[in-house]
Amino acid sequence: MIAESGHYALVLALGLALIQSIVPLIGARLNDVALMNVARSTALAQLLFVGASFVALVMLHVNSDFSVANVYENSHSMKPLLYKITGVWGNHEGSMLLWVSILALFGGLVAAFGNNLPLSLRAHVLAVQAWVASAFYLFILVTSNPFLRIASPPIEGRDLNPVLQDIGLAVHPPMLYLGYVGFSISFSFAIAALMEGRIDAAWARWVRPWTLVAWIFLTLGIAMGSYWAYYELGWGGWWFWDPVENASLMPWLSGTALLHSALVMEKRNALKVWTILLSILTFSLSLLGTFLVRSGVITSVHAFATDPTRGVFILLILCLFIGGSLALFAGRATSLKQGGLFAPISREGALVLNNLLLTVACAVVLFGTLYPLAMEMLADFKMSVGAPFYNLTFAPLFTLLLLAVPFGPMLAWKRGDLLGVTQRLLAAGVAGLVAVAIAWGWASGGSTLAPLAIGLGIFVIGGAVTDIVERTGLVRLPFATVLHRARGMPRSAWGTAFAHAGLGVALIGIVCETTWNSEYIATMKQNDVAQIAGFDVKLDGLLQRQGPNYREMIAEFNVSLDGKPLSVMTPSKRSFTTRGSSTTEAALLTRGASQLYISLGEANAEGAIAVRIYYKPMVLMIWWGPVLMAFGGVLSLSDRRLRVGAPKPARAKQRLQPAE
Amino acid sequence: MTRKQRRMTIIGGSLAVLALAAALVLNALRDSIVFFSTPTMVAEKHVEPGKRFRLGGLVQPGSLQRGDNLAVTFEVADGNAKLPVAYKGILPDLFREGQGVVAEGALDAHGVFKADTVLAKHDETYMPKDVADALKKQGHWKDDYGGKPSDSGKTSDAGTPAATTAQGNPQGAMR
Repeated sequence: MIAESGHYALVLALGLALIQSIVPLIGARLNDVALMNVARSTALAQLLFVGASFVALVMLHVNSDFSVANVYENSHSMKPLLYKITGVWGNHEGSMLLWVSILALFGGLVAAFGNNLPLSLRAHVLAVQAWVASAFYLFILVTSNPFLRIASPPIEGRDLNPVLQDIGLAVHPPMLYLGYVGFSISFSFAIAALMEGRIDAAWARWVRPWTLVAWIFLTLGIAMGSYWAYYELGWGGWWFWDPVENASLMPWLSGTALLHSALVMEKRNALKVWTILLSILTFSLSLLGTFLVRSGVITSVHAFATDPTRGVFILLILCLFIGGSLALFAGRATSLKQGGLFAPISREGALVLNNLLLTVACAVVLFGTLYPLAMEMLADFKMSVGAPFYNLTFAPLFTLLLLAVPFGPMLAWKRGDLLGVTQRLLAAGVAGLVAVAIAWGWASGGSTLAPLAIGLGIFVIGGAVTDIVERTGLVRLPFATVLHRARGMPRSAWGTAFAHAGLGVALIGIVCETTWNSEYIATMKQNDVAQIAGFDVKLDGLLQRQGPNYREMIAEFNVSLDGKPLSVMTPSKRSFTTRGSSTTEAALLTRGASQLYISLGEANAEGAIAVRIYYKPMVLMIWWGPVLMAFGGVLSLSDRRLRVGAPKPARAKQRLQPAE
Repeated sequence: MTRKQRRMTIIGGSLAVLALAAALVLNALRDSIVFFSTPTMVAEKHVEPGKRFRLGGLVQPGSLQRGDNLAVTFEVADGNAKLPVAYKGILPDLFREGQGVVAEGALDAHGVFKADTVLAKHDETYMPKDVADALKKQGHWKDDYGGKPSDSGKTSDAGTPAATTAQGNPQGAMR
């Protein structure tokens, strides 16, 4: 019954989405308020039905109802409850259902809190949102129905891929989807603006918070995924330039560019056409990501199933939306009025440079992702584009960007004073150079570029600090005044500083980890001691344990530093009986920002075991950086609260409170 | 500056960045791309020692030998040809004889493929796509390779079809 209700709810949601696709547009054309308001009700009802459908699938998984094919293939009655729930989106059908649920959630949010939007804009936005939704409901119902029954139900399920049986699955995909799908809002706003032929600074003010929300989640989602890969796959890597990772990085890059160009549009009413284009491109890249991951043209841990009809269907959706929106853009963009003037050296100019470098970096990643596919199809030979390619292309572009980052927030709008800003950044520059010198003297071996990159990271952080110091008047004003100023400073200024500092932090982490990572691989017997980066790691013994749906071999290591015992580390190897496969659970010991990492290989008959030990200096900074960035985003978002779509400043304040 | 000059400055700047990116990409394409080969392709093309490439195929059953201190050797076969591979380190969880594998490295002077990476990102039902396509192209593809564990039985059986196809016997398909 539950499966059928879930299926039925999804069909109803499709019906509602189809109504929402057409009726509000007719209403906008006829200027009929009632018809335009249909969008609001259908969007909320859609959320209700998709939500019901999703809950139905969760219940089926929790109840281990193996008469449903999706549950049979991805669940097991012995699986812990958490993984029964997260397993819902640990497979193709369920993850697509999560995708549309989040899409409906965003549509519902616009419907519920978009009261201050002009009526026809809201009608258009929700209609575009419904086009996307209809396409994906159809996709699910036609090619990937999660509610299909099996004629003769088996007694036991096949269990979830063991690699996915981790807390990471609870967090990473929902976060990532909130990011991906969140960009659909800015896309819908862009298309609505093109259809209406009207766009102004208020438009940017509405779009920015949505973009920011999506960006925050995407940032955290990518960082979370990276950390998950780091501790779960057992080889200590955190980024592989895998096509699927690139698929999430590309919307992030263009989304970051969009955040910055929307700022120019909001404050200065310039770069309108570009902002519209970026909104379209960002969501197109999200769709492309969905296509790459879901169609099976590439294989990775993320490609659950490869079914050619699905690939073709998603490719159709992709072409329809990207092609359609770009055609609309080409036809309508010229009708949008040009905005404010600015000199090349100005805040706007700096933001243009930011956009330029981000989009070009994004294009490079896109090229690297699609080139092997294209060559395979056209020239019929296979190749792979990996880290060396991106080190030679992406890294230099990002270096330029990072050099420019501290200058941006300190330049004035309209016409800036580059020399003045350079003087004000002197302290940050000196700090960077000192860092280079220290890193150079302290480090033995490794790349000569590494100290320079660390200096760059310090410069970026220093620039963010300088900005705050200047704005608050720290050092030159009495403390009470500084405090007062700090409190009065717009939250978005704090947000900028934190986000930019996060970049520097992540850079330092990346450089330290890749340059000074030490590695020890050997076969160890009981009481063997491995020495790595000053640590003594002694194997105390091996023991077996039974988990809920796996058997586990645990190795106990005693870690000591300079003869003083520090801690016990227990990496393990789990064998999952149902799938006959095993996973490696690494053990991590955190010391400040650095980590000691132990993972196990095969054990041989004489009780010796292959062991991989890494010492990764400053590795945690790689993820602290994105967390700082996301925190900056949240600060910036809280600043918007009072201004979100506030065309009438005086009274709007109270009315707009619920917008959060 | 006039409006036109400002616009030209921005367009000029954009072109400069684009040109820079294009130059970087073209430069990187020259020597940072790794090609994919099967043992047959290696035998036909005479890949010179030291040139990095990715080798894909099936691990020849019975060829895996573990040496001292994590050194392993095995053979990668694709039905027509075999190539010995040497690797030092921990093999991925899902490395098995008779299963698909992708290794990255280069040939040494004796024609042994020295791998520095053995790719592992797949579960036991999954055949690396590059390997599957190459096998399909050579007519050695069997549905069983991509089959679910309950269809093809125990994982050790998966070696059988590969072994039979190596002799050109199509009855390797078990279903």
